[in-house]
Amino acid sequence: MSGNRVSYGSAIRAGFEYLLARHPEVFVIGQGLWSPWYVGNSMTDLDMQFGTERIIDTPVSELACTGAAVGASLYGYRPVVVHPRMDFMLYGMDAIVNQAAKWSHMVGGQAHPAVTIRGIINRGGEQGAQHSQALHAWFAHIPGLRVVMPATPRDARDLLIAAVLCDDPVLYIDDRWLYELEEELPPVCETDLRREGPRSARSGCDVTLVGSGYTTHLCLQAAQELEARGVSAEVVDLRVLNPLDARLVVDSVARTGRLCVVDGGWRNCGMAGEVIARVTESLDPAALKASPVRLTLPDAPAPTSRALEAGYYAKTGDIVEAAVKLTVQAGMLVK
Amino acid sequence: MSDPLLPRLGALADPRAFTAALDITGEEREKLARQLRDMLLIRAVEERIGDMVTAGKIACPCHLAIGQEAVAVGVSAHLRKSDRIFGTHRSHSHYLALGGDVYALLAEVLGKADGCSRGMGGSMHLHDEENGFMGSVPIVAGTVPLAVGAAFAAKMDGRGDIGVAYFGDGAAEEGALHESLNLASNFKLPVLFVCENNLFSSHLHISLRQPENSIARFAAAHAVPYDIVDGNDVVAVARAAGRLISAARRGGGPGFLEAVTYRWRGHVGPREDVDVGVNRGGDLALWKKRDPVRRLAEALQAAGHLPLEGYDRIERDVRHLVGEAWQRAERAPFPPASALLDLVYAGAARR
Repeated sequence: MSGNRVSYGSAIRAGFEYLLARHPEVFVIGQGLWSPWYVGNSMTDLDMQFGTERIIDTPVSELACTGAAVGASLYGYRPVVVHPRMDFMLYGMDAIVNQAAKWSHMVGGQAHPAVTIRGIINRGGEQGAQHSQALHAWFAHIPGLRVVMPATPRDARDLLIAAVLCDDPVLYIDDRWLYELEEELPPVCETDLRREGPRSARSGCDVTLVGSGYTTHLCLQAAQELEARGVSAEVVDLRVLNPLDARLVVDSVARTGRLCVVDGGWRNCGMAGEVIARVTESLDPAALKASPVRLTLPDAPAPTSRALEAGYYAKTGDIVEAAVKLTVQAGMLVK
Repeated sequence: MSDPLLPRLGALADPRAFTAALDITGEEREKLARQLRDMLLIRAVEERIGDMVTAGKIACPCHLAIGQEAVAVGVSAHLRKSDRIFGTHRSHSHYLALGGDVYALLAEVLGKADGCSRGMGGSMHLHDEENGFMGSVPIVAGTVPLAVGAAFAAKMDGRGDIGVAYFGDGAAEEGALHESLNLASNFKLPVLFVCENNLFSSHLHISLRQPENSIARFAAAHAVPYDIVDGNDVVAVARAAGRLISAARRGGGPGFLEAVTYRWRGHVGPREDVDVGVNRGGDLALWKKRDPVRRLAEALQAAGHLPLEGYDRIERDVRHLVGEAWQRAERAPFPPASALLDLVYAGAARR
């Protein structure tokens, strides 16, 4: 580590530290919060620093804990409920989808559950079908529930802070595959989540690559490889999946004419399909030099066997290949 | 083998028992008169809503609590406006017992902008934070964890406020209740669990759904102090609620009140469920004799606290009030079209 380089995992912890030190109404509840290994290095010793009254390790009760966080958030608190794996969070679906997301609307805007639900994607390593899921698309479907997926250490910290300080329920999804990613961190910038949205992570003119969370990281790596082959790729990091503001993607594709969306979820009714739909319904067909493509998980549960797992997740090379194909289709010469 | 120590309802579930006038010895007369009026008001509102559903003027699903009025009125006797109360699909009585405005309730079931939820919730999503009622939802046991979270917040606030979760016997068939009881017990949270055991979940009698008929057995399993009372006896409900609530306010952790009662109407709507093939045999007629309103009125009359014309006057007053509120609600405007999208997220800037 040099200078002020901070890892994604440590940046999450920095976000928590910032919130807990400055905002007495913030508390954290969930499984494994007093354990050194449940959530990687993203919450280490917060219980020592801020006390076990504010960092509450709980019984394995995803529904009651999520619901309790929603309930407390209606009384001036800004709780974060932590689910070390998104797969287990599904027991809390009622509290998230039926209660938190709809509360403001169904009481006529008179109360807002300012709750943050942190669902961690933790996959790979032969963990299999129930220790692997990335279900952001499900949640992005729900009006009233904001969904954010940080792809960088800076966003891991600042989107967490923005999520917690937002008056709406927010699902904050971080990814264990990003925890070692490092970058220089500027001082915290408190932002209004309502004004956050997709961001251009790299500019380019031949093809638009769209990612969210870990797949943004893959897209950036692919863009580097593509550059060596003479293809200039723009990378858009979605960051905020719901409500989705796709204008940046549309504008980018209007320039490049080629679109490849990379998503860590499944294909059917997934995020990638949504992004492609937003683009194609907004652009004149003539603006597209090739049919948009998407790289997603195969429509199958995560396998355990390494032989099957090796081909399950998209890799940088897959993105490079897809982007090259898009450009070749459109008559461009590629090295 | 059945555990002899398991809580059971016994005679409390027998409609032929507990039909006499209430024992009001030592009870304050003005308080009882107020409670009688509150119960009559709830009944008048519910009957009006039922009639208007029949008349086709109300379309949203309405679950009526006629016959169950004593539970909410008894519990509310010990609640304050800073408490955090959550309800169910059948919550008109919870809302009204806390002092909720009749006009705002009727406007709400009509989907009008003056409704307690601004016309966005209907009968199943009532909100009246001013009186402590945070909200009701129809997902069975859906608000129970929320009340536990409200109790977490109350404990952190340290002002002696409590959370209250109303739910029915059907909620005991949901995992949410067990998780919530465990959390509340483990963290000693100030929350009162109020089970209105009306022996039915939708169309099914409890004997077809659970091996035992007392829901308090789940409180016992989670080491939560409990009491089981005749839910059609407002005095018994209030006494038990008072004990459990003051323990919770003092930091003693959660309490569980099981109030055994019976709904006179069907699961939803104004009919008695005969139309949907539920055969309640002679039970309904028997339970109507265990009427919580009549039993209090008779006790007050026997003690010389309530002349017959006094009862008639209260009834006339509440019916007049409900009639006027209904007419106003019918004339009230609907929410603007903009409400559909404007209320999905919090609009105003934070803090």
